[in-house]
Order: sequence, then C-alpha cells, then structure tokens
Amino acid sequence: MRAMNESESPRGGSRKSRQFVSTVMTTITALCALFAVFVLVIIIGYIAMQGVSSLSLQFLTDIPKPVGEGGGIGNAILGTFVLLGLASALGMPAGIAAGVYLAEFGDNWFGRIVRFVADTLTGVPSIVVGVFAYTLIVLPMKQFSAFAGGLALAIIMFPIVARTTEEMIRLVPNSLREGALALGAPQWRVITGVVLPAAASGIATGAMLAVARVTGETAPLLFTALNYKFFSYHLDQPIASLTVQIYNYAISPYDEWHAQAWAATLVLMVIILTINIAVRTLTRKKF
Amino acid sequence: MPGARPNGAFDLSSATAHGFAMSMPTSTTAPAFHLGGKRSAAAAETAAANAAPETSIKISVRELNFFYGRSQALHNIMIDVPERRVMAFIGPSGCGKSTFLRTLNRMNDTIAGTRAEGQVEIDGRDIYTPGTDVVELRRKVGMVFQKSNPFPKSIFDNVAYGLRINRMVSGKDELHNRVQEALENAALWSEVKDRLKSSALGLSGGQQQRLCIARALAVRPEVLLMDEPASALDPIATQKIEELMFELKKQFTIVIVTHNMQQAARVSDQTAFFGWAN
Repeated sequence: MRAMNESESPRGGSRKSRQFVSTVMTTITALCALFAVFVLVIIIGYIAMQGVSSLSLQFLTDIPKPVGEGGGIGNAILGTFVLLGLASALGMPAGIAAGVYLAEFGDNWFGRIVRFVADTLTGVPSIVVGVFAYTLIVLPMKQFSAFAGGLALAIIMFPIVARTTEEMIRLVPNSLREGALALGAPQWRVITGVVLPAAASGIATGAMLAVARVTGETAPLLFTALNYKFFSYHLDQPIASLTVQIYNYAISPYDEWHAQAWAATLVLMVIILTINIAVRTLTRKKF
Repeated sequence: MPGARPNGAFDLSSATAHGFAMSMPTSTTAPAFHLGGKRSAAAAETAAANAAPETSIKISVRELNFFYGRSQALHNIMIDVPERRVMAFIGPSGCGKSTFLRTLNRMNDTIAGTRAEGQVEIDGRDIYTPGTDVVELRRKVGMVFQKSNPFPKSIFDNVAYGLRINRMVSGKDELHNRVQEALENAALWSEVKDRLKSSALGLSGGQQQRLCIARALAVRPEVLLMDEPASALDPIATQKIEELMFELKKQFTIVIVTHNMQQAARVSDQTAFFGWAN
C-alpha cells in the first residue's frame, strides 16, 4: 500500500529513477547502434586510405603483370561479373521458385523438411560448397571452370533467395489471393499475376542482397573458377575474380602487390555497396 | 416450406421490396439464441412464399452442413435464393453468415481442413458434386469482401484483371469499354476516369470498395456475394453502395451479409436470419 502511494506506478519506482533508467538505456542502445555504423565506416575508410593510391584507369582496365610492371584487375572485374551473372541465372530462378513453393504449398512435412534443409544450407561454410562444386564439376571435366565457380556461388545464393522469397510472399495478404480466386483465376495465375507482383520489390531486395553476399566469396572460387591471367568469358575455362585476385596478391611477398590488393578490395567494396544502394533505390514501392 | 425447421431458427422476411417485416416463429418454445453454446452454428430459412412470384430460384441449398476440422459451423441449412433479387443475411457475430456465403462459391475450399456436406444447387446443378469446375463456378458467382482488397495495380488493371485472365475480351477497345462499363455500374467512373493509370491503393476506402465491386462486375457474374461490403465505410459511401444494389439487382442475383438491420431492410427483398443451433 505504501509503495503504491509513493510512486506513480507500483513497480516502476519513482518518476526520477524511471527517467534515469530510461536515459541510460536509450544511450546504451544508441551507442550499440552507432558501433555498427562505426565499424563499417572504419573498414571502408581504412581500405580507401590504403587502396586509393594504387587506383587508376589503367589499374581498372589492365590485366595483371609481373611485379614492377604495374598491371591491373580489369580481367578480374569482368570475371567477377561473369561469375555473378552465371550464379544469378542459376540460383535466382530456382530460389524464387522454391520460395513460391514453400510459401504457397509448403505447409506440410515436405515443406518443413525443405525449409530446414535450406536453413542448414545457409549455414554451410562456403568452402564446403566449393569442395562440392569441385567434386561435381571440376573432377569429371578435369578442368577448373567459370561454370563450376558460378554453380558454387549459385548454391550459396539459393537458400537465401528461397527463404527471403518465402517470407515476402507470406507477407502478401490472403485477401488478395481470395480476391483473385473469386474472379475465377486459376491458382497459378493468382501466383504469377497478383502474389508475385505484390511481393516483387521484397523478392528483388532479397535476391540482390544474395548477390552482394556472394560477390565477396573467395573460398568457393579457389578450387572451382581458380584464376586466369587474361580477359576471358568462356564458361568452360578458368576465370579471374576480384576476391581470388585479392587473395593471391595479399599472400604474396611483394609490397606492390599488397598495394594492388588494397586497391582491388576498394573496388570490390564499391561494387558491393553499389549493388546494395541500387537495390534500395530501384525497389522502392511503386504502388 | 421445404425441409424440416432447423433448431433455434426463425424467420425474418420482408413482404415487399424495401419493406422489412419481422415474423417471429409461429410456435416455438425454444429460445432463438443459445449464445452460451460452443463455436458458432447456424441455421437459416426464409419464407420462399414472399418472393415476388415471377422470379425463379437461383440458388437452392439443402441440408448443408459445414465443418472447420471437427467443429461444425453450419447446421442443416435450407434456403432458396430467388433470381435477380437481393437477399440479406443477418444474425449475431460468429454465427456462420460469412462461412455460409463462402460456401456458395466454394471459397472455403482454400482453407485447409474444411468440409461441406449437403447440396448447394445453382441453376439446378450441385456445385459440390465431384468434378465441378471451381474456377468456372467462381467466374459465375462473384464476391465482394468485407475488407476492400484491391490489387497493388492501377485502377484500370484492377478492373481488367478478371477480363484478362478469363480471356473475355478481344482487343483493347473492348477491354476499355468493359472496364468503363463496370466502373460506371459501380458508380465510380466519374471519380476515377482521369486517373485510371494511377494506383488503386491511392483511392479512399469507399472508392476502393466500389473498385472491388467494379472488379467483380466486370466479368459479368450471375450471382454477386457481398460480405458486409459497407462495414468499414462512412454513411455516404454506404449509401452509394446501397443505391448501387438497386441498380445491380436488375441484372444480378445478390446475396449480402450485413450486421446492420436497417441496411438489410433498405436493400433486401428478403432477409434470412442466422441463429445459433444448440
């Protein structure tokens, strides 16, 4: 009874102490939020400082040269985009289709198994996926290839795309499905004509974030796409990529190559940031 | 009166169009409501004799029972819906009016674990016989939902959706004409004719609901089911929709669920009351 009379709420303490706790907690959470931004800014800032000195048009367009002769990462940039295109072509349609299945028909034992497997696959270390693609493609073909690298990246993308697609489709209100069904639409037309367009921006965001994620993958490419010294877009041949090029330069003993690794890292970061920003701008809701 | 009188149900029927008469059960000792009962259960019946004599029966329901899993939502429903009339369903919340409405175009099929027993005949054909084309049925029996549900598309594309998927039109001109006709029927054309290409989600609540009505009308259904179409609307929008129904019943058979007794009195030719069965 006494406590009730002294404070405004029976359990919250006095007004002053509540205001104090509120201020402290707000500050702590704000600091933690700031920390996330801070880490990213530090990383980008440090990479920019280290890398920007080696950046030049020639660096962006040339092929790698021996130590002391300059050289660039043009072929690695091209290779990265070839690999990303291949991975997207394989991983996105499969992932979106699987997500549609999970959301629209997946409320059964099979759906639950697929969902569990997809979540597990998301957690599989990417190097294991690389070994898988190596065993599946490289060994039988007796050749490292862009295709094997693209497949490895596609396998990493697949569960991410599938699960985001599922989540986004589940967000589409059931009333839209019923509205379309009530007009005599068969289920597949409800999905393609109403549900998917309504979820499109969310699905696109998820898909592009998956692309951004695999853009930075190195391990699965080491023994699939390997590396290549020249410009190449042949899918059955080894191909260069920014990440593997960075790795090779970084483990070399030469200062010049270290500087080039920093510059290549900066390029990679810019590409990933561009993808992220582009996604957020392009997928703003139109309707 | 066909079939046995269901438990705990009584008649409310209007003798004439626009009129509303409440006829208490002639002889019953059972109370009309058993609100203490578990899960909703409903039974309804109308006085078919009150229908204007020249119309034929469009929908005939016999001994319909409906289940959500193990719980029974509808008990032994018997009802006849006359053609080109407005029939209103009234009754307490949760008694199964919407469930019943949704059995008429088999919309409940989309809910897992539901089951219907008995007969629902539309134009003499039982829509629950195996092999019934549900897609075809829903084309014939349109529906307007309680909450307006425009697609996230343009106003035009919303109305055109049913026409396009059912390939009901050939060519752009015909499509445009049908969309305009539907919007005019739904008393929305004058308000949206200058912005057909803008998003349907930018319309006001009342406009969105009339858009949904236009969308349902565009495919020219024979029956229009309306599940509390005006429950979220202001009096002016409600009035527009009610006026609309007077026009629409010249062409369509309309079944409307409402919680508003006055609305039932205003719009319906016949009113069926849903009560609780045990």
